[in-house]
Amino acid sequence: MKKWLVYSILCICLSCSNEPTDADTDMYVPTPSPLQIPELFENLIIPPVIPINNPQTVDGISLGKKLFFDPILSANNSQACASCHNPQNAFTDNAKFSIGIDGIAGNRNSMPLFNMAWNYDELFFWDGHAFSLEHQALEPVTNPIEMHNTWNVVVSRLQESTEYPELFRKAFGNVPITKELATKAIAQFERTLISANSKFDRYLLGEAVLTPEEENGLNVFMDENRGDCFHCHGNPNNPLWTDNIFHNNGLDATFSDLGLGQVSGDPADNGKFKSPSLRNLAFTAPFMHDGRFNTLDEVINHYSEGLVYSPTIDPLMKKVDEGGVHLTPQDKSDLKAFLLSLSDPSFINNPDFQMP
Amino acid sequence: MTFVVFCLVIISCKNDDDEIICCQQPIVTDVTFTFSHNWDDNDVNSSDFNTTQYTNANGEILTISKIRYLLSHFELVNTNGNSFPLTGYNLIDLSNPDSFTFNTTIADGIVYPGLYTLKFNYGFNEEDNIDGAYPDLNSASWNWPTMLGGGYHFLQFDGMFNVNTTAPSPFNYHNGTAKISDGVFEQNFVSFEFFPEIVIEPNSSIEIKMDLSEFFKNPIVWDLNTYNTSLMPNYDAQKMMQQNVGSVFSIGQITQE
Repeated sequence: MKKWLVYSILCICLSCSNEPTDADTDMYVPTPSPLQIPELFENLIIPPVIPINNPQTVDGISLGKKLFFDPILSANNSQACASCHNPQNAFTDNAKFSIGIDGIAGNRNSMPLFNMAWNYDELFFWDGHAFSLEHQALEPVTNPIEMHNTWNVVVSRLQESTEYPELFRKAFGNVPITKELATKAIAQFERTLISANSKFDRYLLGEAVLTPEEENGLNVFMDENRGDCFHCHGNPNNPLWTDNIFHNNGLDATFSDLGLGQVSGDPADNGKFKSPSLRNLAFTAPFMHDGRFNTLDEVINHYSEGLVYSPTIDPLMKKVDEGGVHLTPQDKSDLKAFLLSLSDPSFINNPDFQMP
Repeated sequence: MTFVVFCLVIISCKNDDDEIICCQQPIVTDVTFTFSHNWDDNDVNSSDFNTTQYTNANGEILTISKIRYLLSHFELVNTNGNSFPLTGYNLIDLSNPDSFTFNTTIADGIVYPGLYTLKFNYGFNEEDNIDGAYPDLNSASWNWPTMLGGGYHFLQFDGMFNVNTTAPSPFNYHNGTAKISDGVFEQNFVSFEFFPEIVIEPNSSIEIKMDLSEFFKNPIVWDLNTYNTSLMPNYDAQKMMQQNVGSVFSIGQITQE
């Protein structure tokens, strides 16, 4: 009877257990390093997007950071991601178009990099053609006017390196180095690039006071009769300061660059580009997808009196027949003061984000 | 001893999904709503955006580029007048088909199958329209400016009109709290109650239809040449929108299972 009881209990355990098998427990588990979510983001917006197959880990982030700053990714070992995505420029550069390893310029302005885990649709690049940060990071390596390399070459170099095999092992376990693991690591590092400590953030937390100019600038930003910036660029309750959606903001009557239309194939998307965040504008000039505006004043003037009609123009571009809403000089100046209050010097100087 | 082992088996292997099917009265724990959109009975979806032309009641020819709207406070009222709120709210975005289905649970747990009156609010009522309170809506940049009373948009309907001319113009038919004067605001949501009653059973799905042409037609014939952009701070425009929303929604197909 006793033996029967033991067998029964054993059967129960075997049939009902959800515990990992021996094979599962052999899996390497690196040390987790969850994103440190800023208080404002925690309070106001939904959680960031972390792919289930690429959790944040201490060694993954560290490896990603090393790769991000390492010119080993480029064909002639001359350029790293950071060459066009400089921490001091909020991870863009100050060129209209960045120059690749062969001295050839691209045709789009380098995008700044921060708060990308909160890009909920996960569409990256000005035209949204890459889904997920992991896929985005694959492209610059092979782009002929950027790093002009092949991933086979990169993977060989990483395998032959004295440092990288151990760093990949620590990050991902005993598996071969692949381009997918390299971009997973880069994406982990990029997700740590969080900017949430501007003067305006501190104002929202009750830790700073806006000047009268900044206060009026906020009102211009939120006033549908004046700036009406908030429909595309967030608001005090959406501290991302972008909708991460694609708009034709009235730059041109015809398009030499179709933007989203090139990706979707839909003419209704022609001339649409992703709204960039308005954080860190103090560090990210020139502006627009083609870097056509050197200053913030030029940007404000564009929306105020420089709008140009085209068939896909966003209807939020009001009074396009008059070139825009014609802000007063005072409102323009105050709007600029407010916009600059969204810049975050502690982000560009964060020691965790500097070249190792 | 055999009895003891038998109990262990039952307890150990009980699955949360197991149901005891036995002689109980059927109950309803949730209801699914689907949302469809038309212009005078012609289906509208995002593939029509920027291309399909519509003529409104005032004779302007327009195209649509964006429509989002918020419905909240879904409620079932039985024939005895007892009310059963449903949980949550739904932001419908015509460019996101996932938002066309909204499954919601009975807030108090269950109702019994039967005849019910359906109610919901277009937008948020004053109690729910709390500035910044909903992270999902904040993340969707659905906020309504504090200077206009704060809270959230109820509707964003953007497009171009006079598209048959050489000078098409934008319209932004955005609706939310109405501003009377600085610091003085007036609620602007609309409560809908649909008759006759509908049959609610387990797995009921109810289609909510939106006729976009009604925004421009009933009871106020909307003149886009007068009211096109910057309508959010315009009290008269906000209250006219509230009136015209009243005929926009209707109940479509109701399916069980």
